[in-house]
Amino acid sequence: MTTTGVDTNVSTVPAHTGSRGSRALGAICLVLIAALLIFALWVTPPEVSQRDAVRLFYIHVPSAIVSFYIAFTITLIGSILYLAKQSVFWDLMAGASAEIGVVFLGFTLVTGMLWGRPTWGTYWQWDPRLTSTAVSFVLYLGYLAVRRLDMDPALRSRRAAILGIVSFANLIIVRYSVSWWRSLHQGTTLDPVDTQMDGVMLFTFFLGTITMILVFFWLLIHRFRVAWLEHQLAEVGLEAAIQERRSEGNASDASSDGKTR
Amino acid sequence: MGWEYVIPGYLVVFGTLAVYATAVLRRGRSLSKQLPEEKRRFLAPEAGTTDLEK
Repeated sequence: MTTTGVDTNVSTVPAHTGSRGSRALGAICLVLIAALLIFALWVTPPEVSQRDAVRLFYIHVPSAIVSFYIAFTITLIGSILYLAKQSVFWDLMAGASAEIGVVFLGFTLVTGMLWGRPTWGTYWQWDPRLTSTAVSFVLYLGYLAVRRLDMDPALRSRRAAILGIVSFANLIIVRYSVSWWRSLHQGTTLDPVDTQMDGVMLFTFFLGTITMILVFFWLLIHRFRVAWLEHQLAEVGLEAAIQERRSEGNASDASSDGKTR
Repeated sequence: MGWEYVIPGYLVVFGTLAVYATAVLRRGRSLSKQLPEEKRRFLAPEAGTTDLEK
């Protein structure tokens, strides 16, 4: 049916999680990933002692920055705001951010292990930084498991929010582990006042960081929308179940009325 | 020296990102199709927040 030449039957609501903004961000991310690969694997020179293994630095540190400083911080803020305001938005945001954070923390662990082999001579060492990072990984996996428990949604969200806040405390241990204990892991990579790195390597590091941050936000937009759709679907199912119960109740009332007459 | 660690590292990171992103997008499409249009909007105004879809 058309009115004033416009087809009103055409759906304005897309059957996907994309939007103009997310598509533009996605395109920027693809360009940045291509640039990062060129700079990290080809343009930058090998380091004097680590040789080509240093190239893992351009994805290892940005992955850690994204998971610790962005993803799990959003989970912390979302958890606090959920407990304060009972906001579904913040509950879903906290969950979406934690899931992507776990993916990036996995990247941090894997690339760290691969980098450790040629530089330290071992893939893994029960060192304070590595151990506390692995503990964080397990804690946030636990957080994601709690979010999937089959129980009252409000209670589940409250428990997840508490775990989201408690898990963040371990990140402080991860952050300061290299200063508090003797560690095989190096300390702060970039001193904001006096950095030891310069030129194309520093540029590639910043390129890697910006790329990973934008990829994170692109994923967060889509993952949040998926979580929102899941929430809506659960509500539709609940409404249908209530409706079914009501009609069953009405039908039994009508039959009992008929019998009494 | 070191390429035998660098290449698997980059493959794991960007391969996983590609697989994860595809899975999220596909899940979004599949869920959208199961919902009526009025429920498909992200953060509808009645939820007390702005509409991200704009």
